[in-house]
Amino acid sequence: MGRYVARRLLQMIPVVIGTTLIIYTLVWSLPGDPFAGRCGARPCPPAYVAAMTDKYNLDDFWLVAYFKYLGNLLTGDFGETFQGLSVGEELLRAYPTTAKLALVAIAFEILIGIGAGILAGLRRGSYIDNLVLVSTLVVVSIPVFVIGSVLQLFLGMRWGIFPATVGGDASLYNLILPGFVLASLSLAYVARLTRTSLAENRRADYVRTAVAKGLPQRRVIGVHTMRNSLIPVVTFIGADFGALLGGAIVTEGIFNVPGVGNLIFRSITARDGVMVTGAVTVLVLVFLLVNLLVDLIYGWLDPRISHG
Amino acid sequence: MHSPVAPDQIVPSAAHVPGRPPGRAGGQRGRRRGGGHRAAVPRSLAGDAWRDLRRSPVFLVSAAIILVLVAMAAVPGLFTSADPRACDLANSRLPPSGSAWFGYDLQGCDMYARTVHGARASILVGVLTTLGIALVGSVVGMFAGYHGGRVDALLSRLTDMFFAVPMLLGAIIVLATFPSTVGTPAWQTIGKVVMALGVLGWTTVARLMRSTVIQVKQADYVQAARGLGAGTSRILLRHILPNAVAPVVVYSTIILGVFVVLEATLSFLGIGLQAPVISWGIAISEARAYLRQSPHMLLFPGAFLSVTVLAFIMLGDAVRDAFDPRLR
Repeated sequence: MGRYVARRLLQMIPVVIGTTLIIYTLVWSLPGDPFAGRCGARPCPPAYVAAMTDKYNLDDFWLVAYFKYLGNLLTGDFGETFQGLSVGEELLRAYPTTAKLALVAIAFEILIGIGAGILAGLRRGSYIDNLVLVSTLVVVSIPVFVIGSVLQLFLGMRWGIFPATVGGDASLYNLILPGFVLASLSLAYVARLTRTSLAENRRADYVRTAVAKGLPQRRVIGVHTMRNSLIPVVTFIGADFGALLGGAIVTEGIFNVPGVGNLIFRSITARDGVMVTGAVTVLVLVFLLVNLLVDLIYGWLDPRISHG
Repeated sequence: MHSPVAPDQIVPSAAHVPGRPPGRAGGQRGRRRGGGHRAAVPRSLAGDAWRDLRRSPVFLVSAAIILVLVAMAAVPGLFTSADPRACDLANSRLPPSGSAWFGYDLQGCDMYARTVHGARASILVGVLTTLGIALVGSVVGMFAGYHGGRVDALLSRLTDMFFAVPMLLGAIIVLATFPSTVGTPAWQTIGKVVMALGVLGWTTVARLMRSTVIQVKQADYVQAARGLGAGTSRILLRHILPNAVAPVVVYSTIILGVFVVLEATLSFLGIGLQAPVISWGIAISEARAYLRQSPHMLLFPGAFLSVTVLAFIMLGDAVRDAFDPRLR
């Protein structure tokens, strides 16, 4: 187990280096003046350009500059933006909100997604099954920004059931609507995955055995079938959680949630390279770590899979 | 932010492929040599799939929708005679009426005409990006899978790196690096979006192709071809590719709808397609500021976009079912 984790962590190193290199190259080394528009309508004063060029190693060959950057990262220094803001602090401020939003979204996926999947999977071909199939197909095909805008219009503005925007106060209640919108796509996949997996396992031998030895229906489905059926679902939700922790640019933008997605999008459009590289590095790391965690949970859910 | 394709939709199922004789090539050879043995020629996987597809209602419905959309993209004049760029500010944000079915947008342009003309950008971006990633991903995957060893290790790690960057994020970074403005010609604007999506989009195709090629290359007919002295390129193109392409075809059909969504998302964020190009994403983004007063500005392009995506998802489902005999 320990060796497995160690090996996985080691394998992450080249991926993280490569990914940050790609991002760094895209943000810093492509044509275009990094100082364009940085100082309002007039060109930047030479002293400023010189100071910034020195600070961000802009004169170095891009690979050299990248490794200098990587060296700083290793000591936990994410650098400062052009405005002099500490990237680390900005990320720390935005992360709790994004994490909260991701948790709300995952809660919706578990409650509604798995719930609908179980209802559909237990009665294949029934009215509920067809309802789940059709509604998930519809949800999957409506882009998130359309769902977000429409729900904001009706639930938020017209009927006033939920707050339409989040703003500075990211309380759980405020995050219900954005969380649901963020979850909508994955929710549909979770429902379908649960349904397929459950329907497959209901025909398994051990379920027939459980029924034959007279176990009550609740125990057959609740313990024997569910535990095995949920393995692929847990994998999917886990991977999705990793992706959600990377921030949701569209959803956070629509509902004005002050999270990582919003931060990244603002920095990209402002060409704030330090912030973008720092944020993307963090979220790729989180994504890889969550995936590792999911694989460990997988082994615990299904003892046949061992990480010896 | 993650690619909206569930793991159960990606079909790494070429388990049935290796045992098959080279399908298409075999069929053609049989026909060329004379009709006498035609009954004995095994049907190809593609032929089987096509027979199934023609009988599937899901396929027929989605294909019909897509045909209409393609017609809309190619010849918008068939559907509307109004000029989408002839706008009258006096009509700004007028609701739907008898003369303008979908109402007018902020600039007073006819929404119906603009929605019809918006199909072109979506279809173009979707098709071009899909072709691009299918080509790049297949080449990378085929080399990695066929050569194995160091080439494989190198290409696979490269794929991993590109895979770890979220697609929407990567596309936004590329587009922010090469911004389009109102003056940029339409083909350039569209080309940039295609490139931005393609840079990170090829990884799954490469992984699919690699795993199928690894299975296929051990088949007897590949050994036989090598024994007969066929060169690497001939073996790859004539013997391996036709038998390893099915999962890529299935994935490409599904991912096409995803690219349509991503294009609209990028345009919605204001960094994808730009003003002279008419796009549903731009229309929706414009409509958001007037959501409360003029919801029709959002609902019509939103509905067209959703129906397009739905059609491609249904097509992908039907194609997957037809190509994956294990599900039958």
